[in-house]
Amino acid sequence: MEKVFYTLHDFMIYSEGITYLLMGGILVFLLLFWLFLTDSDKKKRTF
Amino acid sequence: MGISRRKFLGWMGAALGASTLTGNKIYAASNKQFKGYPDSFGVLHDTTRCIGCRKCEKACNKTNSLPTPSKSFDDLSILDLNRRTDEKAFTVVNRFTPKSDKPAVFVKKQCNHCLEPACASACFVKALKKDKTGAVVYDASLCVGCRYCMIACSFNIPAYEYNNPTSPKVVKCTMCKPKIDKGELPGCVVSCPVEAITFGKRKELIKIAWKRINKYPGHYKEYLYGEHEMGGTNWLYLSKYDFSKIGMSEDLGTTSAPALTSQALGAVPIIVSLWPVLLTGIYAISKQKDILADKELKTAVENTKTALTDEMNDKLSVQKEKMTQEKKSAINFEIKKALEQAKKETEETKEKKQRKNIKDKNIEVIDKS
Amino acid sequence: MALEKSRVNRPLFTPFNIVAGIILIVGLFLTVSRFWGGLGTVTNLDNNNPWGIWIGFDLLCGVALAAGGYVTSAACYIFGLKRFHSAVRPAILTAFLGYALVVFALNFDVGRPWRLPYPLFFSQGTSSLLFEVGLCVFLYLNVLFIEYSPAALEWLGYKKIRNFVVKLTLVLTIFGVVLSTLHQSSLGALFLIAPSKLHPLWYSSYLPVFFFVSSIFAGMSMVIFEGSLAHRFLHHKMDKTHLDESLGVALGFGKAASFVMMGYIATKFIGIASDNNWHYLATGWGLWFLLELIGFVAVPAFLYAVAVRDKNIKLVRIASILAVLGIVLNRLNVSVIAFNWHLPSSARYFPSWKEIGISLFIVTIGIIAYRFIATKMPILHEHPDYKNDH
Repeated sequence: MEKVFYTLHDFMIYSEGITYLLMGGILVFLLLFWLFLTDSDKKKRTF
Repeated sequence: MGISRRKFLGWMGAALGASTLTGNKIYAASNKQFKGYPDSFGVLHDTTRCIGCRKCEKACNKTNSLPTPSKSFDDLSILDLNRRTDEKAFTVVNRFTPKSDKPAVFVKKQCNHCLEPACASACFVKALKKDKTGAVVYDASLCVGCRYCMIACSFNIPAYEYNNPTSPKVVKCTMCKPKIDKGELPGCVVSCPVEAITFGKRKELIKIAWKRINKYPGHYKEYLYGEHEMGGTNWLYLSKYDFSKIGMSEDLGTTSAPALTSQALGAVPIIVSLWPVLLTGIYAISKQKDILADKELKTAVENTKTALTDEMNDKLSVQKEKMTQEKKSAINFEIKKALEQAKKETEETKEKKQRKNIKDKNIEVIDKS
Repeated sequence: MALEKSRVNRPLFTPFNIVAGIILIVGLFLTVSRFWGGLGTVTNLDNNNPWGIWIGFDLLCGVALAAGGYVTSAACYIFGLKRFHSAVRPAILTAFLGYALVVFALNFDVGRPWRLPYPLFFSQGTSSLLFEVGLCVFLYLNVLFIEYSPAALEWLGYKKIRNFVVKLTLVLTIFGVVLSTLHQSSLGALFLIAPSKLHPLWYSSYLPVFFFVSSIFAGMSMVIFEGSLAHRFLHHKMDKTHLDESLGVALGFGKAASFVMMGYIATKFIGIASDNNWHYLATGWGLWFLLELIGFVAVPAFLYAVAVRDKNIKLVRIASILAVLGIVLNRLNVSVIAFNWHLPSSARYFPSWKEIGISLFIVTIGIIAYRFIATKMPILHEHPDYKNDH
């Protein structure tokens, strides 16, 4: 369903709502990606 | 905790899938122009017509079932008090005398029902909303009572029930939305005896206003207040004098409230995305420095250690050499001594033997004789 | 034995206890009257002045002065400045108590405090900067609680959970800095929506930047100031590491604060230039603005610099007090004093003694809680079981 926004305020409520959800995802993603990125370093250390 | 590539890609796939499922096409996102609800209503207030009878105040009081004020609505002395809206009056009329030799001007004050309401933009529970009728409406069942809407409103309209301990509400003009929904006119508009307030579609009202301005040059300032103030309002005002002289702010600007905050809000996700990267980077660099410093320290210690052992070994071997030398000479000396001793001894025994032989011979000689 | 003896002998009616007791009793009466009669019975708030000192002081100053938590933990764990390690725990504790009290104070100020979770869980007004502030303060309060918890867990002897929480330090620190950046700046951005109400010298599109940058040196100054208070009143609770490092902490933070303050002053002038507000400097408001900026930012920054050059700990402490006062002045200017500057003086707001009483009540609770925790838990000293464990 397409949504029509008549006011900037309604538009911001909607777009910011998505942005906030995205931000939560970004924080989790960045943490996991950092662990993925540095995983090999840790393995090397345990050898 | 190890994360394999497969596990990681799996998570990413799940996240992407979820986001496309819930995705929604945002209309007009590429072209951020919002013109407001096309058929929203508004009211044109022609201050040159207002006679200050306070009939609109009385009608408003009745329509919204507000408490009866201590001074009756027939008391016109109250017009000079430069009142503002409060929890007991959603609209007030004030008297101004911009020119002392000219008749006074009366100005009605109430919520202007902004096209982009600052109060709604400020509300963190969506208790205030812009309705398609043009009214800015309030939902008391959501309100927390932070009063940020009152801070945000440039027109100083919303009031608060400070003396209500259990269910205090923000109160303001509703543009009589319940009546509009039923097809009726707002209370104040109906009551006005001189048509100083005209109800209609905002689009039409703007046309009417400009027609009046152009038709009677000199009678009106060439300005329609509310056409662009704070992004535009659904209530519009005409005046003979400067608006600042009749108690209205002229320094509000044309930027709407959500536009004023959108930049600051826009910075939020950027900080969320980039701060962790930056901070982790700084951490990694400082950690790397620590590791390098540790390594350097270790090698330095190692180097001094080896240098020390080498020196020690050198010293030791020299000592050893010396010792063996000394030992050797000592042994040689002993051997020499022993040999000499042996030599001496053998010589002595030889002598003794000879002596014995001589002695024996002598005895033999004696025996024979 | 010796400990118990001193506890018995400790007099109950010390000057501190008497003053604190009176404030608490009066505060309790005021609390009852606030919730029995509504905001109108205790405050001077009105329809033109919906925010008073409970927002201007309790919220804005409370959050700014609790910035020491993120500044110190970032310096130690992210920037790797290990010599600030002994300052981390007291700073985190202050921040945790500060934020907890900010939320506590909000319960007095909002009309229906039981609805405070609404914006988070029920009806999200995402277009509002106050939503952003509320979300961040809520999340950061949780982060601070977890960051503080090792001290309590060591005290209680829960070794396993404590060791697990300590492993989260870096992630929590980074998350804490992100959240702090966001809500410290957003508290300034709250006022972006009212350009016509806030005096042009204070209103600027850079308000969020001003608030964030000033929170950095506010936090540092507060760490120094608290350090001097702890030295005076909780000296016996400090271990050798803490005492040895405290001079370095004060001088290091003094140096950093001094430079950050200079940067802050620069941005303030950029703010004036970008809106071309120079002519306001010659007015009464201009003098007030310059008093805030020169008297309470430039002067303490300069004092910090002199003190750091001479290694003068006393001067560092004096500068920190001035800087803290400057932050309080700035926050009150933006939210109360220079806000509604257009209104005639008869319509302006001045706090009632009851509002001040509640604010004092809340600050007193904070001091008592800090003193209790710092005397019982390993805040100013290391727990003997966890020495050399960082």
